[in-house]
Amino acid sequence: MFSQSVLANEVIKLATTTSTENSGLLGALLPKFEAESGYSVQVIATGTGKALKLASQGDVDVVMTHAPEAEAKFVADGYGIEPRGIMENDFIVLGPKNDPAAVKSSKDATEAFSKIAHKPSKFVSRGDNSGTHMKELAIWKDASVTPDFNGYTSVGQGMGKTLLMANEFQAYTLADRGTYIAYKTKLDLNISFEGGAELANPYQIMLINPTKYPDLNHKGARALSDWFISPATQTLINNYKVQGEQLFKATYKK
Amino acid sequence: MSDGWLALLQQAFSLLLSFDPHVWAIINISFSVSFAALLITIFPSIMLGFILAFSHFRGRWVVLNLVQTLQSIPTVVIGLLVYLLLTRNGALGDLKWLFTQKGMILGQMLICAPVLIALSQAAFASVDRRAWETSRTLGASWLRAVWTLCRELRGPLLLAIIAAFSRILTEVGCSMMVGGNIMNVTRNIPTAIALETSKGDFAQAIALGLVLLILAIVLNFILGSLRGKALPRSH
Repeated sequence: MFSQSVLANEVIKLATTTSTENSGLLGALLPKFEAESGYSVQVIATGTGKALKLASQGDVDVVMTHAPEAEAKFVADGYGIEPRGIMENDFIVLGPKNDPAAVKSSKDATEAFSKIAHKPSKFVSRGDNSGTHMKELAIWKDASVTPDFNGYTSVGQGMGKTLLMANEFQAYTLADRGTYIAYKTKLDLNISFEGGAELANPYQIMLINPTKYPDLNHKGARALSDWFISPATQTLINNYKVQGEQLFKATYKK
Repeated sequence: MSDGWLALLQQAFSLLLSFDPHVWAIINISFSVSFAALLITIFPSIMLGFILAFSHFRGRWVVLNLVQTLQSIPTVVIGLLVYLLLTRNGALGDLKWLFTQKGMILGQMLICAPVLIALSQAAFASVDRRAWETSRTLGASWLRAVWTLCRELRGPLLLAIIAAFSRILTEVGCSMMVGGNIMNVTRNIPTAIALETSKGDFAQAIALGLVLLILAIVLNFILGSLRGKALPRSH
């Protein structure tokens, strides 16, 4: 049918996080890119940790994740180049409606977490090295809490399943707003705490260093990265809504 | 960074041989949950197998066919059923068993019971009925006579038990759904392998996979030697 080389050049493998995939954003955006550019994008949706691992092993052409520290290391180690911040959404602390640890009145996420730990209340952690899990660990660290208190439950599951488990246990958990909105009708949980710089969740797209892996589809990867920062796409991101709520804020600055 | 196969295997073996507490906690959970499920299920299942082989109540064929069908039901379907029973607004929600070892045991019991019933029924059906009648006429109680039969059939029955055990020890669908993969509580070998693979940490996944592989080899050897003995004696 096709010769291998032509086919290989037309496919772009994008490693990204489950949150972009679950929220339906990529499903809404990528077909437009494919129609405009002629490339076809294969999305490998996994946790941030594994997405970066795939990228550093040269298993994918381009990577889009949301864990600033891990991304900085990925670039510093010489695997990633030209990181571009394209959008952000935010994390929220969810919890039972009666708010047993009284986190509602906290001034920031760190205080909310330390209240949960000192109560101690039930807290369900994703525990899967995802961007959300890394963010959670960073907040525990800022709160000088070792997350091994009674009631801390590490489940090693994706965001959706973790929300369902937190709901069963009537526990607190940290979630990205997108997945929460998608699951809202199934949950008996409230937003216990939101807002503040700590809970910002910025997404970056990064190219993979051609000197490490010369045979990847670098041309396609660059085309995708350029398309994400174009004003038209940035507007598309801002206009993407789930159940009437805007999920992502476009953030690319020249 | 690109992990060579040999390096990974080396890490895996060192995790096992250095008795890494995390890895061994997972192995321990796997075995204790599956043993509990098996022990609770063995006796009633073998009794049922016996009844299905020896009595002739109406609808026996329906039950037998149902049990044989259930042997091959996907474990995720059992997982779904148990999940719906145990969820907060489910029929057994008050037990609070979802995402606990008890819930996992319940799921695994449902998975291994059909295997035990069907295979023990086949074993009992293969036996010469005269052995049963002889022991009954010699005045042995009903239970005692069943026990005699079981001793007679220990090969095929052990085969049934091992087949059931290996099915629940290696299933991932139900454990993941009902247990929830909670660290140090309900994280067993198959769910841990699924998690470590999704994280991209292959060393621990391989270490746990090796445990299952070694176990499978050992069980298969036992099965093979039992099959050799269990074959009907030639004329």
